[in-house]
Order: sequence, then C-alpha cells, then structure tokens
Amino acid sequence: MTTETFDVGILRAQFPILDRTLHGYPMAYLDSAATAQKPRRVIEATRAFYETSNANINRGAYKLCQEATEAYEGARATVAAHLNAAHPNEIVFVRGTTEAMNLLAHSLGQGLGPGDEILLTHMEHHANIVPWQLVAERIGVTIRVVPVTEDGRLNLEAYRNMLGPRTRIVSVTHVSNALGTVNPVCEIARDARSAGAIVVVDGAQAAPHLKVDVQALGADFYAFSGHKTYGPTGIGAFYGQRALLEELPPYQSGGDMIARVSFEKTTFKAAPQRFEAGTPNIAGAVGLGEALRFLAETGMDAISAHECELAELARKKLAVVPGVRFYGTAPERAGIVSFTVQGVHPHDLATILDRRGVAIRAGHHCCQPLWERFGIPATARASFGLYNTHQEVEALVEGVSYARELFT
Amino acid sequence: MLDDLYQDVILDHNRRPRNFGAMEPSDGHAEGHNPLCGDCVTVFVKTDGERIVDVTFTGNGCAISTASASMMTEAVTGKTVAEALALFDEVQGAVRGDAEPDDESLGEIAALCGVKDYPMRVKCATLAWHTLKAALEGATVAESD
Repeated sequence: MTTETFDVGILRAQFPILDRTLHGYPMAYLDSAATAQKPRRVIEATRAFYETSNANINRGAYKLCQEATEAYEGARATVAAHLNAAHPNEIVFVRGTTEAMNLLAHSLGQGLGPGDEILLTHMEHHANIVPWQLVAERIGVTIRVVPVTEDGRLNLEAYRNMLGPRTRIVSVTHVSNALGTVNPVCEIARDARSAGAIVVVDGAQAAPHLKVDVQALGADFYAFSGHKTYGPTGIGAFYGQRALLEELPPYQSGGDMIARVSFEKTTFKAAPQRFEAGTPNIAGAVGLGEALRFLAETGMDAISAHECELAELARKKLAVVPGVRFYGTAPERAGIVSFTVQGVHPHDLATILDRRGVAIRAGHHCCQPLWERFGIPATARASFGLYNTHQEVEALVEGVSYARELFT
Repeated sequence: MLDDLYQDVILDHNRRPRNFGAMEPSDGHAEGHNPLCGDCVTVFVKTDGERIVDVTFTGNGCAISTASASMMTEAVTGKTVAEALALFDEVQGAVRGDAEPDDESLGEIAALCGVKDYPMRVKCATLAWHTLKAALEGATVAESD
C-alpha cells in the first residue's frame, strides 16, 4: 500500500480525543510511544461487548457465554494474524508487555540453572531488564549486556562474541522506545538459535508501527501492549512458538487454567489457557482485536511510511534550532525522535511545549542504563502515531525554538 | 500564562545559580534525587551551632529545581535552623497551593508558586529544601515527599 491511499484527515476524524484543545491550543499529541489514542471503533467495540455480549468465557452452557467466548477467541485469532503466528493457540493474553516479560522471565527461568547466561541489551526498557534480574538473583544466572554504539545501534560483533554455550536466553527490543532504533531481530534471532538460545522480543514499540512477522523474524516469544496499538489499556499479548509454549510451566494459577484440581495433584490445561488464570480482560481483548483490524485495514506499511516521514521532517527542522542534539541516529529507525536542547532541561521543555498544546515526553523513558551510557539523565522525546500531521511537527519545532530563546 | 512559571527571576537563577559548588569541609551534606525526572542535588551546610552560616549546592536538574536550590541558599543563610525549617514549610505550602504565599517572607521564592498548577513539577521545587533538611538533620540522603 502506498501513502497515496493514506489520508490522515480521514483517520484523525476517527479519534474523538484529537478534537480537544490543550491550554487553548489545538492538541498536538506527540507521545504515542507512551500510549496511543483510541479510534471510535475501538471504544465502541468495547462498549458493545458490555452492552450486548457480556458473560464470563469458557463456562456456562448458555448462548451469551458462547458469544463472549467467541468474541474473546476471535480477538486471539486477530492477534495471531497481526503477528503472523502459525496458530491462534500461540497467542497468550496478558495485561501488557510488562506482564508478558514477567511471565516469560518467571516461567523460562524455571529451566535455568546457576552459571547460565541471559543476554540483554543496553537499550532495553526497564520491563525487559528487571524481571530477568529478579530471576537471575534467585537462580544465580548471569546477565550480560550487549553494548550500544554512539549512533544508537546494537554492537552486533560484541553480541556474537557474547553468545556461547551458556547463553540460554536472548531478550531484545524490536524497536527502542528511547532511541527509535529498529533492531535487526532476524539476524539476532538467527545467531541466538545457532547458539541454542531462546529468543524473546519486546515488541511494544514495533507492533503499532511495523508489519511484524514472528515466523520470518525467527522469534520464539514476542510481546506487545494493546494500549500502544490503539487498543484499550490493561490488555496485551505475547506470541510463543508452539513447541516452546507447550513446555513452558505456568505463571499465575487459579481458575480457567487447570485441567483437574485435587489436594494431591493439579494438572494444567494446554497453552494458551495454561497462562490465563482467572477471568481475563475480555472486553479489553475485544477492543484490542478491533484496534488490530483497524491497523490492518489502514495498512501497516502505510502507517510506517507516514510516521517515519513525520519523524524525519521533525529531525530536519529541529536540527536547525541551535543546541539541539539527537540521540538515536542509526539508519534503521521508527517514528521516535529523542533529543536534548542545550541549556533547556527536558522537563522544562515539556512544560513549555504543553502550554502551547504540544504533548511530548521528557525523562529517562524507563531506560536509565541507556542514558547512563550516553552520560545524560533525560531526553525529550516526540513520538509519532498514524494520526499526526505536518502542522503538529511545525508546532513542536516552534515550541522548541521558543524554549531555546527563553532560556538563553 | 507560561510566564507564571518561567518568570525572569527563575530563568536568571537557572542561568547563573548562586552558591553553586561543593563545600569542603562542611558540617553536613545530603543528596536528594527525584526519580521521576532524574533531577539530583547535593546540599552542603555550615552552621555555627545555631545559625546557618553558609549553604552551597551541586547537581543537575531542571530550571525549577535549580532556581529553587539557588534561591534557597540565599534565603536561609544567616537564619537559625528552626527559621530555615519554618521557611521550608511555608515554601512547601505555597508551591503546593495549600497556603496563600506571603511575598514578604518568601521574597523572590514566591516566583516558584507558579508550579502549583503543575502537580508533576512540585517535587522539582521542593527537592533542594528536602535535601537541606536532611543535611541539617545529619542524614546523607533526603527522603522525598
């Protein structure tokens, strides 16, 4: 699909919140990497579920229950299609990427022993660091960290040298939330598998912005959050390659995930139900399914192209403002622009922009080790979604210029 | 309206922070950290047993936290410890919007009151004060509010 069929005006009209103002200015929402806004059809799908089909799933022999179960399982199939999984049963619903990473660290961790190694990278989000650290402390596993180059790429040579017989898991982000770098997951996964390691991918920033194909990538596990893919908060999913998922021990336990319970011995259901204890976020899954259908209809390639165009325009125009420095300048990058302005702290910049209607993120973006590597405490980050416009880029650049003048 | 927050006095203290630098030796020093935005400040104090005779600070932060620290060092020098802590209470009340600011006792610190409209930034304005309190009480790390 080309950008000719991509009409940002028509798309914007589907997002009710984009009509609002901030401090009297039209709102320029440039923080979609934190959470994306929701199209009306997602809000309505969630409401329609509660209004017409709400019941608990997988139990009760009545029609309403069957409808709710079908809606939930239909959403699972939609997620599978979004990631090009081979089968819907390879999709597990969770609260979001963070919960997926906790689940995977916990359950994969049970197969690890002292001296085993987990490879992470210096550009990981805290959600892809801390769960592994907790496991490492408990089991005596070593965490090794793949370094990041000055322009914000992974040092693949160093990565290959780190891979070895003790490497059991490689967990890497597909797209860096802090730098925008798109990592060569295909290559990383290929090398990891040759070393006999399991490949976990944090897809939180990729699933809303790129066409993801877990089979082509060679990922064993791939997690993302619904709220960043224009769906509701509190729902997300991960893909697990079938053979691995079947062997993975449970995380949370309780109802819905068991085959048979007695006080002597409990047996568990097969995946994915084994990982979905208790009543799940059914309406959230329905909303997520609707969001992913919306993305499919809009076209992931067109969305990528649009967001990258805006990010490149922002980089080009911001580069003219004195004192602006970018972090993450690798050739392969998504619609995220991380930068600092000399003499203006990112938080002051974010407040000044806010008063002009421009919402950006300032801070460490949950990547403290990364900024330590670059020797700065924080950056300002503008991130683009499918609904953003050239005018919003202009508002950003004008606001940054104003802040720079105010502070110098 | 933005000028409510980024008044000239704040911009000036941010550009040219007063009493900026480590004090060696000092009677006490403490570190304060705002995990939300990564602001960090170290406050050094010297007292004659009753009065604060010198205060300096080092650190890295936004304009609000830097200006607040800078203005604080000027405001508390010469005050007794009790007077300084009382002023902290007053500053805290004013920046949270809990109390009407008294321009006479606050002086130019009153310029910080604009943060009451930015709840996320109130901690920036009080970070140096929490750190001063810790330093005066012999602690090395400030407890955040």
